Amino acid sequence: MIRAGLQALLSHWRRNPLQLFTLVAGLALATALWSGVQAVNSEARASYDAAAATLGEGRYDQLLPRAGTSLPESRFIDLRRAGWQVGPVLEGELENGLRIIGLDPLTAPGGMGPVTATDDLSLPEILAGGLVFATPKTADRLPPDPGYRVITDPAVAPGTALTDIATAQDLLNEPGRITRLIVSDSQPLNRPPLAEIAPDLIRQPAQAGSDLSRLTDSFHLNLTAFGLLGFAVGIFIVHGATGLAFEQRRGMIRTLRALGMPLTTLIALTVTELLIIALVAGLTGTALGWLVAAGLLPDVSATLEGLYGARIAQGLSLRPEWWLSGLAIAIGGTAIAASGALYGIARMPILAGSRARTAMTTRGLRGLAIASAILLAAALLLALFGTGLAAGFALLGCMLIGAALALPLILRAVLTLAESRAPTALRQWFWADTRAQLSGLSLALMALLLAMAANVGVSTMVSSFRATFTGFLDQRLAADLYIVAEDGDALEAFLAPRDVLIRPVMDTDTRLAGLPAELGGARVSPIYTDNWEFLSETPDLWTRVETGEAVIINEQLSRRAGLAPGDTLAITPDLTLPIAGVFGDYGNPVGQAIIGEDLFRQLHPDIQPTRFGLGTEDPAALREALVNEFGLAPAAITNQAGVKALSMSIFERTFTVTGALNVLTLAVAGFAILMSLLTLATMRLPHLAPVWALGLTRRQLGRLELARAVILAALTALCALPLGLALAWVLLAIINVEAFGWKLPMFLFPLDYARLGLLALAAAALAALWPAIRLSRTPPADLLKVFANER
Amino acid sequence: MRDRTRSTLPPGGNAGQRRPPPWEALSRPPRSALPSPIGPTRRSFLTTLAATTLPLPALAQGFAGMASDAEGFTLPTPNPTFTFPQDHGPHPDFRIEWWYITANMTAPDGTPLGLQWTLFRSALAPTDGTGWNTPQVWFAHAAVTTADSHRTAERFARGGIGQAGVTPDPFNAWIDEWHLSGPDFDNLRLAANGTDFAYDVALVATAPLVFHGEGGYSVKSEQGQASYYYAQPSYDLSGTVTLPSGTIEVTGHAWLDREWSSQPLAENQSGWDWFSLTFDSGEKLMGYVLRHTDGDPWSVGTWIDPDGTATPLENGEFLATPLTTTDVDGREIPTEWHVQTPSYGVNLTVTALNPQAWMDMSVSYWEGPVTVQGSHSGVGYLEMTGYD
Repeated sequence: MIRAGLQALLSHWRRNPLQLFTLVAGLALATALWSGVQAVNSEARASYDAAAATLGEGRYDQLLPRAGTSLPESRFIDLRRAGWQVGPVLEGELENGLRIIGLDPLTAPGGMGPVTATDDLSLPEILAGGLVFATPKTADRLPPDPGYRVITDPAVAPGTALTDIATAQDLLNEPGRITRLIVSDSQPLNRPPLAEIAPDLIRQPAQAGSDLSRLTDSFHLNLTAFGLLGFAVGIFIVHGATGLAFEQRRGMIRTLRALGMPLTTLIALTVTELLIIALVAGLTGTALGWLVAAGLLPDVSATLEGLYGARIAQGLSLRPEWWLSGLAIAIGGTAIAASGALYGIARMPILAGSRARTAMTTRGLRGLAIASAILLAAALLLALFGTGLAAGFALLGCMLIGAALALPLILRAVLTLAESRAPTALRQWFWADTRAQLSGLSLALMALLLAMAANVGVSTMVSSFRATFTGFLDQRLAADLYIVAEDGDALEAFLAPRDVLIRPVMDTDTRLAGLPAELGGARVSPIYTDNWEFLSETPDLWTRVETGEAVIINEQLSRRAGLAPGDTLAITPDLTLPIAGVFGDYGNPVGQAIIGEDLFRQLHPDIQPTRFGLGTEDPAALREALVNEFGLAPAAITNQAGVKALSMSIFERTFTVTGALNVLTLAVAGFAILMSLLTLATMRLPHLAPVWALGLTRRQLGRLELARAVILAALTALCALPLGLALAWVLLAIINVEAFGWKLPMFLFPLDYARLGLLALAAAALAALWPAIRLSRTPPADLLKVFANER
Repeated sequence: MRDRTRSTLPPGGNAGQRRPPPWEALSRPPRSALPSPIGPTRRSFLTTLAATTLPLPALAQGFAGMASDAEGFTLPTPNPTFTFPQDHGPHPDFRIEWWYITANMTAPDGTPLGLQWTLFRSALAPTDGTGWNTPQVWFAHAAVTTADSHRTAERFARGGIGQAGVTPDPFNAWIDEWHLSGPDFDNLRLAANGTDFAYDVALVATAPLVFHGEGGYSVKSEQGQASYYYAQPSYDLSGTVTLPSGTIEVTGHAWLDREWSSQPLAENQSGWDWFSLTFDSGEKLMGYVLRHTDGDPWSVGTWIDPDGTATPLENGEFLATPLTTTDVDGREIPTEWHVQTPSYGVNLTVTALNPQAWMDMSVSYWEGPVTVQGSHSGVGYLEMTGYD
């Protein structure tokens, strides 16, 4: 009986291959989007982990020299002999930019980091020096040298070579030097305080997560949000397809029950059937996701590297966590989508009629309205009172689902209104028929709504970020030339007779208001006064900064420490200054405060600026003078246009990724519409036949079908616009602040939205085209049969 | 000796079952120190590296591989002549060497405690020098044991950079801030710190050095594996021990072992059970049994009179039979022994103060204080390797 039952159930798909295709393809697409994004994210995170493990960054406290960039290795021995459990690190770059990290495997708290052991390596070999670990790609960049042997290891962070400290000292030509010490988490009793034995070192506390991952979280957040939305869209499709399949099989199920098949067996069979479908779709989707990820990864890694300096391996590896999660989400998604249908089977009275219910009942509508109202109210409450990142995401979820549920109600109201205003019977019928179709199309339209809203929201966010950042770059890159000069005094003497504005770059890491922060010194000049804009400021700001009477701080510090102009900030234990203004500082993870140059030099006489920004009327002539007369290497001079171009190219990469995901989500939504229309087409013949019989041609009917799809899509697009803007606002003003400490101003991009709207209409028209053509070619006999079969 | 025992270096394993390389430890800070050294999938390369190819005596077969070839390393020869204080210092041309202290102590209220301090030197090549690439590796273990607690710590260092080493005159053996040092070998101060314990004690010798085996040449097997092995079993101890509950004054006596070799164990020797017993009568007994994977054990021992006169025992004179075993993290460890040396009228029950005194280090083994009852009464230390 089980076999016969399963056969009967499966026979439905044999007779409706299109429905099966919809189900499998929808689920596969949803899984593909989700797992593709997951693959990209997990690949990127694995890269950071490798980097963090290599450096011991984030996990351990570090001891750094208070001044200078390195310290003698004897300081390591001094600390160990005093009981401090520390491991030495020498870090530096070769001329070609390759980063070399040297560790002492015996004392480094994390051992040799991520390096994987292999059979032909021994501890003595490593301790003897001469082994360098690097990814195969990085290995190619190591200069050939008989003094060491390169072991390729994919676990090492890209662009980094890991080696024993002795070898690192040789490679970097820093004999007897180390750059920092890693402090083990476990320390013995009776250790003297650091200030007593090493006053020249400063302890930098471990961070909960590395800077890198915190920064890049913003990017991952966007990708994940996209993946999740794409998946949600797919689930709407699956829900539609399973719902339809169960509606159409009500008769079969009733028959099976009547023949004596127990309800539990029936449900078990249905679950089995769904599981098989979910597995097939999940596997297909994961494979597709692989392709999506492989396509996106180069752009994602370029974006991350450009934006945050995070280096990501280019190769994609097949990580079990993401393909398993792909499968799990396919099965979970099917379960969610089909739970309603299963519940329906369980509750269906054996003797109930087999007629499929196609019209949306008033009761169903009321349920939708209530659910939607609850979700939207929750979203409102969360927006008003929620705090924290989790609340931000809950807000996003409530808002999007609530809006999606409200869509059929809104569309229904609009269509009813149009119907009442329709001048002719045909148009009246058109509107009424459209409304009647709503129930069949509503899931696909919700999918379209979400896809469009996501597109509007994310592109608004990215574009706003770009616009803000461009303005920020203009402000920060106000000087015309940027140069690096070892001897700052000589440079200033050389420039003194020329009409040049000089901006020495002076900064140091410190703690402000109890938080890690940067302290900068500014030589007040038009470079600053003409270009810097403030989020809030007080009068005579620059004059007061110049004279050392006030400090300006960035938005991060302002938000984290709750400081505003008028408050005061302790720069050192002995010096407290009033805050004169708050400036935007996008992309910087830490707080920053800027004081006048004289004051800065007074506090940090040991910091000699080596980087300078120069403002001039004639950058080309100044550049020539610096190279030919002052003797600066051309490579030490960067012009502003170059830096800006570089920064902007990073954003173009971001757009490539965002654009690709936009197209993918829209494609999924278009597919949903196509499939809904195709399934509806056969069921609609009984509705259309009478109209045809009244004299409308099949071609006219086809055109009306097309128009219907476009009108519905247009209405949905109109709803999606405000939803998308709300989404963007939540991302910029709530999620961003919670996650990164700064708020991005929101800009509107009407042209982008118009283009997106057209794209959505085109997708809907394209999706409706085939069903419309099919309709216009339906043999008259089929239409006539409708009357013959009339029950 | 820890002669052999120790020599073998801590961990050992049955030849039959391959244990994780003792040197695993080398690659890793003490476990307690690192919540999760690296992901489970990627072990620190050191861990594995150390495991696979360490030339250390510790690795080949047999207990910790002490029977490995001695390429380039000096081998002990019979009839040694020791020169002091130089021989209290390191012998870099031998593979393995240690300075090993165990002590039985009592708190003012009579509570018994034990401490251990061991500095190991392991040569990757038979040369010394200065700089990071010097082929000498140092590591050390420290422990404080009471009836209900056993606290341990471990340190690693390279030779050649000053982080660890031994100088004979004035005597100083150190790794990080741990040290055993003093104007001469009879007057020493011993200190070590862990995350949850510390000790700082003074040692004053009350009898001369004791040379085990044939004048300090100690044979470990019928095939002739041997080490140089002498001891100072008669230090009076006083000082402080710090535990989480506070710092307490302690008194007692300590036993120091010095041993070095290049291949102390035979391949079929799977581990040893080593006893250092101090009787209330002032007599002392050192004895150990080397277990074989095939055949009878090999036993070694020295009887020490109160004035320090030492008499070596023949193979078979020192007998030790397990009476009770205790489950220590899944290992069956004998923690009560029947010890006999009929030629000296010795018939004892030796009981661990704390049966859970497992040294969970890079090279792991059992080591802890014991109490002695029977024909003689007293205290002592027990070390057991090869039970992993």
